[in-house]
Amino acid sequence: MTADVSSAAAEFARRQQSPLQRIQHQLHGRPWLSPLFLLFVTFVAFFIATPTFLTANSMGILLQQTAVVAALAVGQTLVILTAGIDLSVGAVMVLSMMVMATLTKDGGMPGVLGLLIGVALAVGAGAINGLLVTRINLPPFIVTLGTLSIFTAIALLYSGGESIQQEHLPGLLNALGNDFGIGKFRLTWGIVVVIAIYAVMSFVLSQTAWGRYVYAVGDDAESARLSGVPSKRILLAVYTVAGLVYGIAAWILIGRAGAATPNAAPTANLDSITAVVIGGTSLFGGRGRLIGTLIGALIVQTFDFGLSQMGVNQQWRVLATGLLVIIAVAIDQWIRRVKA
Amino acid sequence: MSDPILNVTGLNKSFGAVHVLHDIDFGVYAGEVTALVGDNGAGKSTLVKCFAGINAIDTGQMFWEGKPVTLSSPAVASSYGIEFVYQDLALADNLDITQNMFLGREITKGPFLADGEMEAKARETLSSLSVRTINSVRQLVSSLSGGQRQTVAIAKAVLWNGKVVFLDEPTAALGVAQTRQVLNLVRRLADHGIGVVLISHNMNDVMEVADRVAALYLGRVAAEVKKSETNTGQIVELITSGRSGTIGLPAATAVQSA
Repeated sequence: MTADVSSAAAEFARRQQSPLQRIQHQLHGRPWLSPLFLLFVTFVAFFIATPTFLTANSMGILLQQTAVVAALAVGQTLVILTAGIDLSVGAVMVLSMMVMATLTKDGGMPGVLGLLIGVALAVGAGAINGLLVTRINLPPFIVTLGTLSIFTAIALLYSGGESIQQEHLPGLLNALGNDFGIGKFRLTWGIVVVIAIYAVMSFVLSQTAWGRYVYAVGDDAESARLSGVPSKRILLAVYTVAGLVYGIAAWILIGRAGAATPNAAPTANLDSITAVVIGGTSLFGGRGRLIGTLIGALIVQTFDFGLSQMGVNQQWRVLATGLLVIIAVAIDQWIRRVKA
Repeated sequence: MSDPILNVTGLNKSFGAVHVLHDIDFGVYAGEVTALVGDNGAGKSTLVKCFAGINAIDTGQMFWEGKPVTLSSPAVASSYGIEFVYQDLALADNLDITQNMFLGREITKGPFLADGEMEAKARETLSSLSVRTINSVRQLVSSLSGGQRQTVAIAKAVLWNGKVVFLDEPTAALGVAQTRQVLNLVRRLADHGIGVVLISHNMNDVMEVADRVAALYLGRVAAEVKKSETNTGQIVELITSGRSGTIGLPAATAVQSA
């Protein structure tokens, strides 16, 4: 009897939903739907606006440009899923890159060894962020604001502010910039590595207990702890894995840029956060998908690339990205107000 | 009268100079709902935390199925099958019902989650409790009503083979219909042979669903009475003054404690 009444009530509630509420509900369950739609709209718009946009050549370049930010955004997504934020992404990547390049410059050290040391350093940098967040209980914003400056300074001091061109570097460090053709597309190995990172991390997030704990900790660290989730260990692991991803991004960046430059990728932090946010991951933690981040990274780069193809001034492109972020977060807030 | 599945005798607990619990004797019986009532500050939460292994006890002895035990940590408590449903429920909003019920104790095949198996077990547990208020175990917890959330939290305790389940004010935030659903569920838990401890301020709930009532008054058990032998007025008196007619604390103790 009671059950009949309540299921009838649920049915009534369903019928009461307006079409807008139904859309809101769908988006709440599938946070990557709205960015996918946005990407589609962006593509159609640029396809109409510029004839050269949807060509194999342009698409290849677009993907190459997206690779580094897309890689960084994987680490950023993990951190943001735990309701944190990482402002040190770019700094960790550049530090790792400068160490790789300086160690191996002109045959100083074998490429493999330099690469491993550089990546290990990025892992260590991520672990430092994680330890400061979990042991000293500092807010992630403050921790990574501090390490942003520290890692940037170390990278500059260590490299003496000098760029190292690719002809001075071992082949292995440049390898991810090498391209190959699939039909008319020219893809770099860096793109392949980025796709692999997304595949592996998506799988880990959705199919392992560790992945589930990342969401639970971001949702509410205290209730996760009461359920038996080792919240602090998960947080530390998230920052450390993010460091690993930034180290791999450093390798991709050398190939992409054709050089190791201490002031490379100045907008990496904001671009990675933008990609995550546009991708539908909530800054409040616990909700979002890596596939959304990949779409978000593509949207940011597509905007930039499409507008530049149209001959739009750089400043307008930056302005457009800023608008995108605000709109994306406003939509996220609206989706979060979903009613049962 | 059967023996309690979980009980404590002579429990004392102090925090620094403050003597919070005095000579507590308290038992939980399989298949029965024991209501733990008392005013704010009477020591209900402190006592519950002793059973949860969060508070260490100063003196006294706990028994599980008649054998002496020491509940030194939450993990030890749950290894005996003692489960807790806290007031703030400890559910993750952005995970679905199945994911919440298994949070922290996922079933895995190798390194991977066995989602299908967990889903089936979640459904099985809910249907064994005759829960009809939840349509899908894949619903996000954020979309559930207060009563449904409480149901999920209780079912989670049952899923983990809870033999004793402590429920902290399970109806505090609920409306009339949802309170009814949760009380029915509490009754069914006991019918399944689980020893249920219901911590509540609500006399209607207590009189409706409890088999016995333990009233705490300023850190002492004023009385433990069978529901069939008491009434609301008597329980309220026990809660507010520690005694009622011939039962309860001796007048001297009650006054001295106050």
